[in-house]
Amino acid sequence: MMELSPKNVRMLSMLGQRGSIFGVALLEIAREHSDLMVLTADLALLSGLGKFQSQYPDQLLNLGIAEQNMLGVASGLAKEGNCVFVTTYATFLTMRAYEQIRDNLGYMQFNVKLVGASAGLAMGMSGNTHYAIEDLAIMRVVPNMTVLSPADAGEALKMAQAVCDIDGPVYIRLTGGLNCPVVYKEEFDFKIGRAQVLTEGSDLALIACGTMVAEALKAAELLRARGLEVTVINMHTVKPLDTEILDRVFAAHRAVVTIEEHSCLGGLGSAIAEYRCSFKSVAPLLIIGLPDAFSRADEQPFLLEQAGLTASRLADSADKFFNEVK
Amino acid sequence: MTVATIQELQQMATSMRLTALDMALGAGRNGAHLGAAMSAMEIMAVLYGRVLHLGQVNPAKPDGDRFLASKAHCVLAHYTALAEIGLISREELGTFGKSGTRLAGHPAMNPELGLEYSGGSLGQAIGFAIGLALDARRKGRNHRVFVLMGDGELNEGSNWEGFMAAAHFKLNNLIAIVDKNQLQYDGPTEEIMALGDLGAKLQAFGWQTAEVDGHDVGQLLAALKSKPGDQPLAVIANTIKGKGVSFMENVREWHHSTLSQAQYNMAVKEVREAASL
Repeated sequence: MMELSPKNVRMLSMLGQRGSIFGVALLEIAREHSDLMVLTADLALLSGLGKFQSQYPDQLLNLGIAEQNMLGVASGLAKEGNCVFVTTYATFLTMRAYEQIRDNLGYMQFNVKLVGASAGLAMGMSGNTHYAIEDLAIMRVVPNMTVLSPADAGEALKMAQAVCDIDGPVYIRLTGGLNCPVVYKEEFDFKIGRAQVLTEGSDLALIACGTMVAEALKAAELLRARGLEVTVINMHTVKPLDTEILDRVFAAHRAVVTIEEHSCLGGLGSAIAEYRCSFKSVAPLLIIGLPDAFSRADEQPFLLEQAGLTASRLADSADKFFNEVK
Repeated sequence: MTVATIQELQQMATSMRLTALDMALGAGRNGAHLGAAMSAMEIMAVLYGRVLHLGQVNPAKPDGDRFLASKAHCVLAHYTALAEIGLISREELGTFGKSGTRLAGHPAMNPELGLEYSGGSLGQAIGFAIGLALDARRKGRNHRVFVLMGDGELNEGSNWEGFMAAAHFKLNNLIAIVDKNQLQYDGPTEEIMALGDLGAKLQAFGWQTAEVDGHDVGQLLAALKSKPGDQPLAVIANTIKGKGVSFMENVREWHHSTLSQAQYNMAVKEVREAASL
């Protein structure tokens, strides 16, 4: 697999998380794995699979706009020993085919990697039918499912390789679009289930996943300017949680804030709260996510601003919370 | 292994019916899906007794045919067939419906027992079967994939996604058998959600079809052993829910029910008499 460098990181960023996986990573993986199969529900071209389709035509299956059947086909292929990637928009992938995911991937544990594109509010003006604001919640309650959300396009690339190396079902949640903000400028060590500390401070810890990691880093800068020492953690694996790092974070900080472009119910913040609630005495936790509501369709930056998921608003919320609980 | 004759397959179905009654009685108040199993006895006997090439009765072998029970609640026909070919022991059959059993009310995938798929949620196996069939074709393997479906089950839209895809991919190594017993949980299929002319519908979806008496072993055999054409094959087996036991036949309540000792005695007597035992 290609190593990240300042040069290719720029290229990957332009392609976004989806383009990095389907336009770059899978081409490299297919070279070594003749048992790699990629399934799409009428989104081959949009997903950046055009090159894959021309190079590996018999390893790409277009199932048409029929997600439930696609999950069945994926599972049958996985049963015969193939490593199967399945992709469409996160909303249709996780919700239209949810029971197939639960029974085939959770219950029977077939080796299928789900890649949900344009999760969160990335579909902007397309509106709520195209937003996936519940996918982390419903994917992480499926037994045996690994749930991932890369911080940037480079991490998405490394994630694609990493999930091939494990035998079992995975959901990869892709956020952002083209021109994905860069978190990792060069090669780094990625391991499923091992969160990454990006900056360290002793007052406040910000734990984020997906493209909110970049926003959390910017918020941390703003908070530092206000005199706070801030830790930022990329919790790219929402399930299984890196509990080792959480033990340390809750012990070493005076407040912890989770940040996700997902409903404030059931996602990263909830997962961490579930783990933390049995601690005897720990730093208090603030969960920042999307409100438990359907918003009016609008441009993604506007919706994020409205939800308080931009750097300046995150910094304000975290600062306020810190002052309340310190 | 010698090839089972039609008479032997009929005997196999009778033996499976009697064993199913034993299991249903043994399940006690947990009850069992007797009606939907009784309609599928000949289908299962023909599949496991003659049609499926399981390669040393080991379905995990790559060259073996694959079988999925999409109408997974027909376990009393499935487990008993697997017992007939020696994959499930008689002793294990006795655990059915009891705490600790590996033989659940809907089969849980277990290669050792010949169970290739965890069924129970209707309408899901066809997509899975398409995955198996596509893989066989891509790898140049000659085995076939069989799916047993119910007619009530065809209410589920996911089946029709699968029918469309199987025809699109021209999967002539895929065979769907529809156990058309015309009863679903709440009543007759035509009253609950009419299927209409199923053969015409499947043909319109691009399948080849054959319609048979699902209790006629010879007809089933002829349809299932026919030479593959260019398209997937659907065998519509016209059956009677509860077949073989007069008080169960075409009676909605026997979809899932408990069996009393008196009912058991009567049912066994009828099944034995019908087979001149």
